[in-house]
Amino acid sequence: MVSEGRNKSRASLRPGIIALALATLYLCALMAAERQPLIIGLLVLAVVAILGAQRMGWLAAISRSFADREDTLGVLAIVAAVAVAASFHDNHFVLLLIVTVLLYTVATLGLNIQFGYAGVLNFAGASFFGIGAYTSAVLNAHTTVPPILVLLIGGLIAALIGSLLLWPVLRTRGHYAALVTIAFALLLKAFLEVNDVLGGPQGLQVKGMTIGGWSFNDNIELGNVELSFYLSYFVLSLALLAAAFILVRRLERSWIGLNLDALRLDETAASCFGLDIARWKITAFTLGNFLIGIAGALFGMVGGFVAPNNYTFADSLILVSILLLGGVGNPWGLAVATVIVIVVPEKLQTLQEYRFLLYAVLVIAVLLFRPEGLLPRPARNYFPGWRP
Amino acid sequence: MDAGLLAQYVMNGLMVGMMYALVAVGFTLFFGVLDIIQFAHGDVLTVGAFTALLTFVGLHSAGRGSAAVLLAMIIVAIFAMAALGMLIARYLVLPLRTAPALNTLLITLMLGTVLRESVRLFYPQGANPKPFPALLPSNSVSLGNFNLRLDNAILLTAGALMIAGVEFLLNRTKLGLAIRAVAQDQETARTMGINFVAIVLIAFAIGSGLAAFAGIMNGLYYNEINFGMGLYLGIIGFAAAIIGGLGSIYGAILGGFLFAALQTLGTVALPFASAYKDVFAFAVVIIFMAWRPTGLLQEKISERV
Repeated sequence: MVSEGRNKSRASLRPGIIALALATLYLCALMAAERQPLIIGLLVLAVVAILGAQRMGWLAAISRSFADREDTLGVLAIVAAVAVAASFHDNHFVLLLIVTVLLYTVATLGLNIQFGYAGVLNFAGASFFGIGAYTSAVLNAHTTVPPILVLLIGGLIAALIGSLLLWPVLRTRGHYAALVTIAFALLLKAFLEVNDVLGGPQGLQVKGMTIGGWSFNDNIELGNVELSFYLSYFVLSLALLAAAFILVRRLERSWIGLNLDALRLDETAASCFGLDIARWKITAFTLGNFLIGIAGALFGMVGGFVAPNNYTFADSLILVSILLLGGVGNPWGLAVATVIVIVVPEKLQTLQEYRFLLYAVLVIAVLLFRPEGLLPRPARNYFPGWRP
Repeated sequence: MDAGLLAQYVMNGLMVGMMYALVAVGFTLFFGVLDIIQFAHGDVLTVGAFTALLTFVGLHSAGRGSAAVLLAMIIVAIFAMAALGMLIARYLVLPLRTAPALNTLLITLMLGTVLRESVRLFYPQGANPKPFPALLPSNSVSLGNFNLRLDNAILLTAGALMIAGVEFLLNRTKLGLAIRAVAQDQETARTMGINFVAIVLIAFAIGSGLAAFAGIMNGLYYNEINFGMGLYLGIIGFAAAIIGGLGSIYGAILGGFLFAALQTLGTVALPFASAYKDVFAFAVVIIFMAWRPTGLLQEKISERV
């Protein structure tokens, strides 16, 4: 009886599936498009379609569907990602782009734990990403640590260096914590540029990932079909993203997530109710940096190259922009925002140079006119399918 | 170390400290009237320096004398940045007054990026450092081993006059009284018939004008400006304002010079670290924030940050 009643009120899967299918088709088309007018046309089409869907109330149906049927749709999203990747199995550029999107999503999920749940500001996201990448550069070159472990170590080192900032971050709030992380972002870039051991401004080469004896940097041959070597990285990145997504979702739904929410919304009240503010801030900050570091370590191996200029304060602000555009605290929104922020400038070459400017303007507009983000975080969902 | 070298270090510290102090005073003014941090302040400084350079390029082709050109550069840059500061306050900061403080932080950070990137992208070859004309007389007076350069002395005096002017404005004029009233208690100030919005705009104009002056000072001192300099000066200036206790003009000035002193001491004491100059500066910022998050001079009712 009870389960029947619950099932009745659950949102339909259909809007979610349709949206996912359309998004998959659209991404395939966008990735395949080479001519700039066509790409512009596709982008305009997307904007029009989304505005239209909003008018018709379809967007609300889609987000309800995603909120209620997350497990099924999550599996389908993985299938969709695999489908997009498979249709470009021999295209290095597109696969690299997809891998970049996946890893940046992992990084923004880490940022989301800090910023979206615990309310701890971090404007040095790209720095921790870079710490992960430099870790894999150094460890792969000078040690025989298996690269899969290097990913973990990259995350641990990012978390460890991040914990150096904990003391000032814990003692300060809001603007002042922001200042500390910005100062760290500038410090790290200045440090990497003058440190000769780490390659100075030229940076370092990074050896690729190997598991067992299998090198990720060799193309894969299946029968007489040659597959891009990025496909291996794609599978690993997708697995990482799935794991990170599940972790973040579990965290959000658990009592830890509840504590973090309380902490963000009102620190004083939370501590009056006996929450250990410092403990939860440390947890969120460290865990977030750990995720960002892992993503960075893998990204270093994918790109094969690290340099200080890839991990500047502007890049950190891009990560924050993704978070704000996607809707702080909403992992699905983050995934969508990452696709937009990473893919659009890559496809529209004229925008590449202007991307920092463009996203800064976009975020200002969002903050002025729609401060909750493009896809705001839905109210906390204690029981799947439950609605007042 | 001989006295000449020491004097050289002191002079350098004073120059840098003056720039930090000018920036820090801006931060403290904004914080005073609105309780917000304007993170784009440093980039306003950059835009001010580039506006001055643009004015120079424009006037230079017209062939004017150098003193008049410099004066024109300063006036144009200060007024342009004062206007920019007012626009920022009117259209980005004031509309967000009811929103969470975080949004103001983010919007000014993003605005800083917009300004910085605009200079980089739209100023001709803005991505490269630009030579800044040396417009002040470069004669020097030798005092033992120490060369007191006339241009540095003029810059230092001008900076001190600027700060003294702001101090006079705040403490001796009716306008300053209104600004202090708003800073102390906004509601009461309003009931006393003070035009709150106007006061906020004026405070932003003053702070941003000071930043423009600091930008020109920076250009004249180093003979070079680049699009990223404001970010650096902004962060350090903000830290200086915090060291002195946000909201206090004297604190900001003190913080600026203290910071410059620390930096100079750092370069003298750790000679190997000259390459790590910036690393050292930002490490000092972070350590200071950990040690004294409320600053050295606390207000009577200090804000627990």
